[in-house]
Amino acid sequence: MNGAAILPGTPNATAIAFFLAFVSLTLAITWWAARRTRTTEEFFAAGRRITGRQNGFALAGDYMSAASFLGIAGLVATSGFDGLIYSTGWLVGWPVVLFLIAEPLRNLGRYTFADVVSFRLRQRPVRIAAALGALAVVALYLIAQMVGAGNLIKLMFGLSYQTAIVIVGAVMLAYVLFGGMIATTWVQIVKAALLLGGAALLALLVLARFGFNPLRLFAAAADQYGAAVLAPGKLISSPWEAVSLGLALMFGTAGLPHILMRFYTVPDAPSARQSVFWATGLIGSFYLLTFVLGFGAMVLVGHDAIVAVDKGGNMAAPLLAEALGGTPLLGFIAAVAFATILAVVAGLTLSGAAALSHDLWVNVVRNGNAPHAEQLRVARIASVMLGILAVALGLSFKGQNVAFMVGLAFALAASGNFPALVLSIYWRGYTTAGAVASIVTGTLAAATLIVLSPTVQVDILHHAHAWFPLRNPALVSMPLAFLVGVAISLAAPEAAASDGYAAKERRMILGER
Amino acid sequence: MTLGLLSRQRWRIATTLSAVMVVAYFGFVLLVAFDKPLVGTIIGPGLSLGVLLGALLIVAAWIVTWIYVRWANTHLDRRVSELRAQGPAP
Repeated sequence: MNGAAILPGTPNATAIAFFLAFVSLTLAITWWAARRTRTTEEFFAAGRRITGRQNGFALAGDYMSAASFLGIAGLVATSGFDGLIYSTGWLVGWPVVLFLIAEPLRNLGRYTFADVVSFRLRQRPVRIAAALGALAVVALYLIAQMVGAGNLIKLMFGLSYQTAIVIVGAVMLAYVLFGGMIATTWVQIVKAALLLGGAALLALLVLARFGFNPLRLFAAAADQYGAAVLAPGKLISSPWEAVSLGLALMFGTAGLPHILMRFYTVPDAPSARQSVFWATGLIGSFYLLTFVLGFGAMVLVGHDAIVAVDKGGNMAAPLLAEALGGTPLLGFIAAVAFATILAVVAGLTLSGAAALSHDLWVNVVRNGNAPHAEQLRVARIASVMLGILAVALGLSFKGQNVAFMVGLAFALAASGNFPALVLSIYWRGYTTAGAVASIVTGTLAAATLIVLSPTVQVDILHHAHAWFPLRNPALVSMPLAFLVGVAISLAAPEAAASDGYAAKERRMILGER
Repeated sequence: MTLGLLSRQRWRIATTLSAVMVVAYFGFVLLVAFDKPLVGTIIGPGLSLGVLLGALLIVAAWIVTWIYVRWANTHLDRRVSELRAQGPAP
């Protein structure tokens, strides 16, 4: 096969030029956005003037991480069909977000999902629990993104790991601090367009060699590596494991704070609905393209050449780009991957800052009575704190295998945030104690079971056996969170909460007017 | 139509479509877990049953999304504006 001509870790002039162009463009957007960011509503919700279609692109940009672009293309390139199982899992959560969460969330809240959970309940305890649930998910997701960023940039641009982490932290913080949600939204839109455009271009170049027929590509892969590449491999070993991971992926999306926050940037519930429609279409197309890219890399680059550069197969898409379009295309794809990380990290930081400032400071410490200027100032201080935290996490987890942390973040979101959100929106009998109990139980159960799982006990600590058999805890922790929330609410009904349900239901359907 | 009735109708549609998605996705995952040879069956040049079902699952997610959006854009939005026009709750 084509021997890989590049040496990974060699600075690539095209990649650096494309990357500088992206950073200049996004910083120009930030400068433009900064002059439009004067209120808290503009800082956290882009003044609620993003259209449904724009928000659909931004949601896709927030969701399609470098892990899904490079990781899934690599998984397909090295093990074929198994990659498709993962891709479908990442997509099926979106219809659930649309049916159960998006519109009620937009009508009931202002900046965070804690707004919705604490509606008609007692503010302080619920906000504290929900904000901590949100921050736990954000922190885990940040670790996975920052460590991935450091490794990727080291491999593609030849920068040191530390330099890469600091650059990501600094550029991302510039977007968030000065341009708030307006800048973050447009960075995500630009990134989504680049990522989808880049993936589509690569897929077209691959398919051009196979008469624009994906089946001829798959047949070529099966000729070369055997029909096993079109059949299930090792990814799904036990049905319990598969169902547990499936639950985390399907219901975790509906509990990710940075995704939920995006629904506040549109003017009303119908635009929130249109944004999921666009996001589902874009993300689904992206995964279909990734499947073609993976098989393209398998056939055109070759399994051995891909694994030689990176054992996990993460360089499959960049190597494919080089095989198809030489150094310029490789540079473009490398810059797109970098841009992808920046956009995701900015969204995460902004949602963490909203939990800290809007939930914890304004509504818990200041009882909901903070002057406007103070809210904005605290929001910016919280963003800086999270930016520093992101860099610190990235540096301290250097060299760790953090791939499982995205799965854990989804499990935490599905167990801690999703049950509380669904019960508070749809169940009249939900109480303050029930909400706090379900968030705390779901989050702690998911975190504890992960620590006791084979991933930590056997793979990381090298113990002979694990206390808990499953790698993903959602099968136990999510039903447990629902059960505890319902049981505690039934044990001690809260009259004020159920009396408030009628008004809540009215606003959930009709909006604030 | 009253608000309560509309709310229940939305809940019914939301849960039914969610259930369709849950059954389709977990059906696919469990089929892979329990009958790998069947999923690996080659049904045409370059096409296995698993690849076809996986691609159809993505299409299924688009279809249920489209069904809900169509219902909400026509029916739900019309009822909502009627209820808003009736003014505040008694």
